[in-house]
Amino acid sequence: MRPAQLSATPASLAAGPRRPAWLLALAGLVLLGFVLDIALGPVRIPVLAVVKILLGQPTDNPAWAFIVREIRLPKALTALAVGSGLAVSGLQMQTLFRNPLAGPSALGLTAGAGLGVAVVMLAGGSVANGFAIRALGLAGSWTLVLAATTGAGLVMALVLALSARVRDNVVLLIVGLMLASVTGAIVSLWQYFSAPEQIQEYLLWTFGSLGGVVGSHLAVLAAVVGVGLVLAFASAKPLNALLLGENYARSMGLTVGRSRTLIIASTSLLAGAITAFCGPIGFVGIAVPHLTRALLRTADHRLLLPGACLGGAALTLACDCVAQLPGSQTSLPLSVVTSLLGAPVVLWVVLRRQNIRSSLT
Amino acid sequence: MALPSPAPLLTAADLVVGYAAKKTPHPVAGPLQLALWPGELVCLLGPNGAGKSTLLRTLAGLQPALGGQLAVGGQSLADLRAPERARQLSIVLTDRIDAGNLTVRELVRLGRHPHTGWLGGLSAHDEAQVQAALEATGTEAFAPRPVGELSDGERQKVLLARALAQDTPVVLLDEPTAHLDLPNRVALMRLLHRLARQTGKAILLSTHELDLALQAADRVWLLPATGALRTGTPEDLVLSGDFAAAFVHEGLAFDAATGTFALHAPTGPAVQLVGDGAAAFWTRRALEREGFVPTTGPADLRVTVPPGSPATWLSQAAGQPPQTHATVEELLRALRQTPSGQLAGPAANNGLR
Repeated sequence: MRPAQLSATPASLAAGPRRPAWLLALAGLVLLGFVLDIALGPVRIPVLAVVKILLGQPTDNPAWAFIVREIRLPKALTALAVGSGLAVSGLQMQTLFRNPLAGPSALGLTAGAGLGVAVVMLAGGSVANGFAIRALGLAGSWTLVLAATTGAGLVMALVLALSARVRDNVVLLIVGLMLASVTGAIVSLWQYFSAPEQIQEYLLWTFGSLGGVVGSHLAVLAAVVGVGLVLAFASAKPLNALLLGENYARSMGLTVGRSRTLIIASTSLLAGAITAFCGPIGFVGIAVPHLTRALLRTADHRLLLPGACLGGAALTLACDCVAQLPGSQTSLPLSVVTSLLGAPVVLWVVLRRQNIRSSLT
Repeated sequence: MALPSPAPLLTAADLVVGYAAKKTPHPVAGPLQLALWPGELVCLLGPNGAGKSTLLRTLAGLQPALGGQLAVGGQSLADLRAPERARQLSIVLTDRIDAGNLTVRELVRLGRHPHTGWLGGLSAHDEAQVQAALEATGTEAFAPRPVGELSDGERQKVLLARALAQDTPVVLLDEPTAHLDLPNRVALMRLLHRLARQTGKAILLSTHELDLALQAADRVWLLPATGALRTGTPEDLVLSGDFAAAFVHEGLAFDAATGTFALHAPTGPAVQLVGDGAAAFWTRRALEREGFVPTTGPADLRVTVPPGSPATWLSQAAGQPPQTHATVEELLRALRQTPSGQLAGPAANNGLR
């Protein structure tokens, strides 16, 4: 560049004045959902009491304090981990595959994790006769996480190996769907030859639930999701470079192979661990990135990653609140609620914006 | 004009480019001896399949060379780490841009990738480079717009701005004029020529726009299907016959006298064309389209374009009185009706119709 052009006034660094405000608003929503999620349930606890208990102040109702500490707080924390983890894993996949339909479930990752869980549950069950995740100790939870992550990672690696040969994203998506179908069939076959009580445990797992992840399990989930999120945030710059495709990324000095490995590792850890503990929770992974892009109106991952984190957590907390069916004693399976509630939201966003194709990636 | 400094920015010795499929090398072109000098616009020309894109991708380090040495800024390209290479070479590819949600400024900012830290934050200097690239390409006016809403011509300029923001001594462009209409093609070539002069960068682009390339390029790399590359100024390559030879396989006849490829094969009778200036030039084009062979020597049929404005045309067949025509269309209509028996050669109306 000419020196004369260099001295030109640099443009404002601000990436749109309203974006930080939106992030703050999302954080507020997460906080609100967090408190509400703890307050709602078969025993309704006043919001003020919830806040008091959370802040460690003494309450006049020890039963409430017990419920909050032992059941609802772990569940809300699980919702935070699940929502942010799935959303970030979906965001990374959509950018890596440059495909708006990519997500942990669409490309067979969830199915791969499911296969891993089925291997542990159904094979382990034959030895220890019908036990649930809840019955497994710390060692058991690590086995489960390892199996689910390995399953997710294998499917992801397979999809990526094929993606090097198959340039067309639509074809790749079909490949992912077929892989999901094959792993699903293997699990079905296994179920067919298993004892009914073993199948029941697996079926309950497939409905998806935030409950029951307490104590050491929660610590394991939080640690794995934490590592996955750190890896994802470290990939913000490579993800931005990948927006223009791998060739441009390479021409801008990105070591594409290494970045891709990092992104796959992060995605597999997140999707694998979450699916292992909470079952296949659909929709959050594919929908939240779109909602975040529509809200923040940017493609910069340094904004999208925190946005997807907050958005995913807020959506999952909201879905869990709805799943409690306020005013009733029953609660619905979470994966049902996320789909019932999330699909119309995404449809509304997509149809409201006319330039669907270009706004998605 | 920027004087070429003594050191070339990019050199290649015995470079062989191509693909290695299943460990068997498939050379496309080479061995090539190449040099790019500061401040010059070089056009890479050649028929389809000669390996233009392969050569550009190899020079950019996007695919390995099958043989030979390639050096950028005095260092071997193979020894450069990816970020160092990206500070020497930038490229505009033909790849589709899917990220329609990116604004123009955000896309140009991506060009700073090899200059920023691990989080990708932009310093004031980086922002100044982005601004300079936007201004140099005339894209500053639509900097806040999403890339998905741009026209083809606008998007091409924005992609060029991204490459400029990368701030590399060498800029490569793979068919930047494809998909552009004629005014945009001309504008882009003019812009690239100006940028090469003003910034001292070496700009290399592949193109199918032979006319434009012959006018705009400081030098031409001519890559025929045989893979034997010739380089030189466009004029030298035309006068030596290399240019015509490179495209002879496509069945094209290059006319060194006019600098154009002949669209119509002359099959008709000779016509003596008398006159000069623009009117005579365009009359000659019309006669060629009709299949006539315009000559300056005597022929049975004579067309005269007398000086003066507005132009008029006189046609005269041997032994006939001259006819006056107000437009080229009238002239052609009269010529078509000229009895073929009076003319030497086949009927006149076997042109492109």
